[in-house]
Amino acid sequence: MLATGVVGAVEDPWIRWSWISGHADVITAALIQHIQLTAIAVVVGLVIAVPLGLVAWRSRVFRGPIFSVTGILYTIPSLALFSALVPFTGFTVLTAEIGLVSYTLLILIRNIVVGLNSVPDDVREAARGMGYRPLAELVRIDLPLAVPAILAGVRIATVTTIGLVTVTALIGEGGLGSLIYDGLLRDFKTPLVVGTVLSVILAVVADLSLAGAERIVTPWSRGRATT
Amino acid sequence: MNFANQVLQWFLNSAHWQGDGGIPHRTVEHLAMSGASVLTAALIALPVGIAIGHYGRGGILAINISNIGRAVPSFAVLVIAVELFGIGALPAFIALVALAIPPIVTNSYIGMREVDADVREAARGMGMRERAVLLRVELPIALPLIMAGIRTSAVNVVATATLAALVAWGGLGRFIVDGFGLQDYPMMFAGAIMVAVLSLIVEFSLAGVQRLSTPAGLRPTKSIRKEEPIGSALDPAMAA
Repeated sequence: MLATGVVGAVEDPWIRWSWISGHADVITAALIQHIQLTAIAVVVGLVIAVPLGLVAWRSRVFRGPIFSVTGILYTIPSLALFSALVPFTGFTVLTAEIGLVSYTLLILIRNIVVGLNSVPDDVREAARGMGYRPLAELVRIDLPLAVPAILAGVRIATVTTIGLVTVTALIGEGGLGSLIYDGLLRDFKTPLVVGTVLSVILAVVADLSLAGAERIVTPWSRGRATT
Repeated sequence: MNFANQVLQWFLNSAHWQGDGGIPHRTVEHLAMSGASVLTAALIALPVGIAIGHYGRGGILAINISNIGRAVPSFAVLVIAVELFGIGALPAFIALVALAIPPIVTNSYIGMREVDADVREAARGMGMRERAVLLRVELPIALPLIMAGIRTSAVNVVATATLAALVAWGGLGRFIVDGFGLQDYPMMFAGAIMVAVLSLIVEFSLAGVQRLSTPAGLRPTKSIRKEEPIGSALDPAMAA
């Protein structure tokens, strides 16, 4: 800064390319951490959501409580959830992940239940008529037919998580959010712009890749779409 | 137990209930900011969404604005607003309005689109003028989805208003952010509890309003009510 006493003499531009080229390693590290935090959250979220989704689908008794609890977790603001965890789990990745995973659960479980409910009764009847046992019916008929709805849930959970990861900057993680926070703390626009733009690009790329994955794993819906 | 006790002591300290930094004032601040933002966003978004839905043009825009909104982190919107408008209440307000607009546009559009074409025809056949079709047929049928959009935005705004404490604004987020800064974990935890409770109250009361806004003839009976997938028009609040 040229502190010559003239107020506003040095304008902070939105992008200072020299900062970007000088901090390529920092930016790359932030991007990688962002992807890692998101991937762990969505994968762990799925591992928890699939059994809970199956229970909620099959059992009327547990459906209400499962949706209430995950709905409450979903409603609690992220900053509140993260900061409520800090006294117990500290400024750690664990704190970030507990929060991020809890936000994926409602989205994933609801889409799993909707997907399973959308399997036509005729198809299930036919499977039983062909001698499928309950477990085989679930694994080979119900779950594959529910895949489009489940993947739609994974897409939304992923995009939402990518946005929420930025908030974990406040508890010392953050991925690209740490660049945004850095921009705020130092009143310096370049890291803010870089963090925001990369976060949006990451969300769009993740969404499109998952849409592509959906087409690959559900070849039957592709045929239907073109006819 | 010790920590729970410290949090309880924090709540019981009468100093935390007085003045500009007290719990009542911070709560009012939080609600006033959230209310003003959602109201402003609704005034902008409702005419747009309803017009697009009524005339059936620009639907792609109405749908995609929510997807774009989801991809842009709320935290980033807030910090960008600070860079543009300085710190304090104004950038927080502008960021919150910007975040509240997309779900309201999308839901009011979908609500208007989902009105059965036969119903619209029947209304015209009964001799209703275009205005009456809009005001007395389309809007009442679309109202539950319109309310769902406002509820999504409101819960999202209450959550993001918490983050506004980071950009030197007040509200209940102050307790969390100051708790961080002072390493006063009981205060931070108390702030988190208050924010969580406030969000849940807003969510549940607006869910009630949404249910009441459904015209009597359209209320689903329990047996035919279906779970809507997330990402559909009935998508609950986006986490912020």
